[in-house]
Amino acid sequence: MSLDPGIWLAALLTLGIFSFLYRDNPAYKVCEAIFVGVSAGYWFVSLFWQNIWPKLVLNLRDAAGLLFGHGVWDPRWLYLFAGILGLMMLMRLLPKGGWISRWPLAFIVGTTAGLYMITYLQSNAISQVHDTLVPLAGPGSGRLLFLPLPFAVHWNALFVFAGTFTGLVYFFFSVEHKRLAGGTARVGILFLMVTFGASFGYTVMSRMSLLIGRMDFLFGQWLGLAR
Amino acid sequence: MSLLDRVLKLDRRWIFLLVALAVTVPLFLRIEQKIEVTPESRGIVRALEALPPGARVLLACDYDPGSAAELQPMTAAFLKYALSRGLRVVVMGLWPQGPMQADLALQEALAHPAVAALAPRYGVDYINLGFQSGNEIVIQRMGSSVPAAFPRDARGRPIDEFPIMAGVRDFGAFGYVFSISAGYPGTVEWVQFAGDRFHAAIGSGTTAVSAPLYYTYFPRQVTGVLGGMKGAAEFETLTGFAGKGTAFMLSQSFAHIVVVLFVVAGNAAFFLARRRRAATPPEVTP
Repeated sequence: MSLDPGIWLAALLTLGIFSFLYRDNPAYKVCEAIFVGVSAGYWFVSLFWQNIWPKLVLNLRDAAGLLFGHGVWDPRWLYLFAGILGLMMLMRLLPKGGWISRWPLAFIVGTTAGLYMITYLQSNAISQVHDTLVPLAGPGSGRLLFLPLPFAVHWNALFVFAGTFTGLVYFFFSVEHKRLAGGTARVGILFLMVTFGASFGYTVMSRMSLLIGRMDFLFGQWLGLAR
Repeated sequence: MSLLDRVLKLDRRWIFLLVALAVTVPLFLRIEQKIEVTPESRGIVRALEALPPGARVLLACDYDPGSAAELQPMTAAFLKYALSRGLRVVVMGLWPQGPMQADLALQEALAHPAVAALAPRYGVDYINLGFQSGNEIVIQRMGSSVPAAFPRDARGRPIDEFPIMAGVRDFGAFGYVFSISAGYPGTVEWVQFAGDRFHAAIGSGTTAVSAPLYYTYFPRQVTGVLGGMKGAAEFETLTGFAGKGTAFMLSQSFAHIVVVLFVVAGNAAFFLARRRRAATPPEVTP
């Protein structure tokens, strides 16, 4: 069994959180409040010392030193612009100055949209379409049942293409889902269900991993019983 | 009360108890489980094998203790494998706690006999650049200048003091970028900016819940994906550095069996109850 007070504290807090599985209780509420408070405090301190202090305060201090000490303009004065935008964001807390925060928000939304417009299109649309279509057939010789083909068919790629195409047909509502469109959409539903099932399986694995990690901590690091 | 009614009205705390037992009991067992290796995991090892000793690899630890159960085993295994092969590892993080998690994994890796035999030195064979705020903008900036994005290491010393960073300008200095990611910013941003824009070779180690999203990048945009604890176990199997990923797979399998049994039982009870309702004539009120 560990003699480290930090391990003991973590173990008791873990048990306090787990106690919710039996029923809601004061121990759980205390642990939850500690977790929320510590998280908020950690993020506040972390963001201050890793953002505001080095990037705003220190940069402006150095820029001011250069300007007033040597008469040299330094581009780090631009950080002042970011600082002002940050202060404008806090105006949201004022009863009558809430509208001021819309300006930095507009700046953030505009720059993010501009930054992502091309990257998302390139990485998550064009590349995905490319990878769905291009590997379908390649040079070489393949077979379709007993018939020789002048090119090699990549069956996995064909399967991916079929899943993508039928899945898209399911979400295409400009045509009534009857006859050919209806049948294709039904195949699309099957592909979607398999996809959701795989996602669910992975989610279960993810959550179980977290539980395994906690159990290993309790029975290993804390009690020293597990391997 | 019939068996069907009992199943339908089962107190969910029994399920919690069974899952807890399924996860905990295997921690005390000494059964080895065979790990099947997927092409997605093999792709990462192949990319690393292709690098000559002395090549630099960038390890981006973008996660926090909340995801450590899944991601810490693959960080440790990656570091053990890379350092034992003589690769030089540059660690960084876009999450504040990521580089601290990497430090824990580094301690574990440096204590491994295969790594300790090579006696890797800080600043020469590996370095921790620490956390830098700015999310994907940091990656974008690294594409033009790594020293501008990380002027100092995690301990606050200028990076030009370290031989490992000599001549490092952009992603061209790294033979491989391995993103260990628990969400945003993470693998998606590394693929979008470092991979697709600056043509860096990328591998991804991710939480299982994110893995289905990242498989779509394989094999062209990422050379491989390690999905959750199973991915870590596969990487450990391929590299021969068995660790917690492999050790925990037995618990994982037991827990999955319990979940599958409850899914089957729940569905069977649901359909039987529906059939019983359909067979029961509706009550006629006078």
